[in-house]
Amino acid sequence: MTQDQWTTVADVASAVCLLGGAFLAFAAGVGVLRFPDLLARMHAGTKPQVLGLALVLIGLALRLRSGGAVWALVLVAVFQMLTAPVAAHMVGRAGYRTGKVRSDLLVVDELTDDQERAQVRDQGRPDDDDPRD
Amino acid sequence: MTAVVWVCGVLLTVGAVLAVVRAEKGPSMLDRTIALDIVVTTMIAAVALYAAIERRTDVVPVLVVLSLVGFVGSVTIARFAAVEPEGEGRVRTREEIAAQEAERMDAEDEAEGSRRTGRREGYDEHHGGGAEGEVRG
Repeated sequence: MTQDQWTTVADVASAVCLLGGAFLAFAAGVGVLRFPDLLARMHAGTKPQVLGLALVLIGLALRLRSGGAVWALVLVAVFQMLTAPVAAHMVGRAGYRTGKVRSDLLVVDELTDDQERAQVRDQGRPDDDDPRD
Repeated sequence: MTAVVWVCGVLLTVGAVLAVVRAEKGPSMLDRTIALDIVVTTMIAAVALYAAIERRTDVVPVLVVLSLVGFVGSVTIARFAAVEPEGEGRVRTREEIAAQEAERMDAEDEAEGSRRTGRREGYDEHHGGGAEGEVRG
């Protein structure tokens, strides 16, 4: 294929990736508005943070097609993948400890069971009204 | 390409507006943190879209900075929203520190004494006592 055809292919692939990333951002907006509790909203919010951002950056890289800028985009993607789990972990932990997790919506809740067992082991009595250690 | 740009722009705008609505409704600080995280991610996507339309490589550093800012913001708020024992959120005065220190020494002496005489009343203190502090939203 000629150079022009390759350019067209890259542009089309870039458009598809950008559309996918934008759709994931839209889905996150809908999810964060409609889901019932903190953990469900966090689940919706992580979609554009990793996959959506990766798609948008791939789309941008296919469109820019120059070495230095593409490496900066790789840096953004790697950084986001390193920091998103840390931030999500801290938000989820703070939410659990301040009682914002609705246990009636959870299918499995191993943390509460473990904490109750640890409390029984340490103090010889379960302490129901306190969600923390 | 123009149609793609319009569709992407509309999707990103609607997503950001819905996230802002959630940030306004709350109900808790952590829900707002998540919503604003999504707004920041959408902003990154919008800047990337702009760079893709105009083929501009000079806005790429802006993407790096935005991803840094989003991380710092959400981690900071999560730290502040976490449970903090009563009174630990402020700087204590010298007298308060001295009083607490004396109290701790007394408790240690007491525990030591009860251990020597074989009493078991002070048992809880080996595990730091019962849970203290309050849960704050």
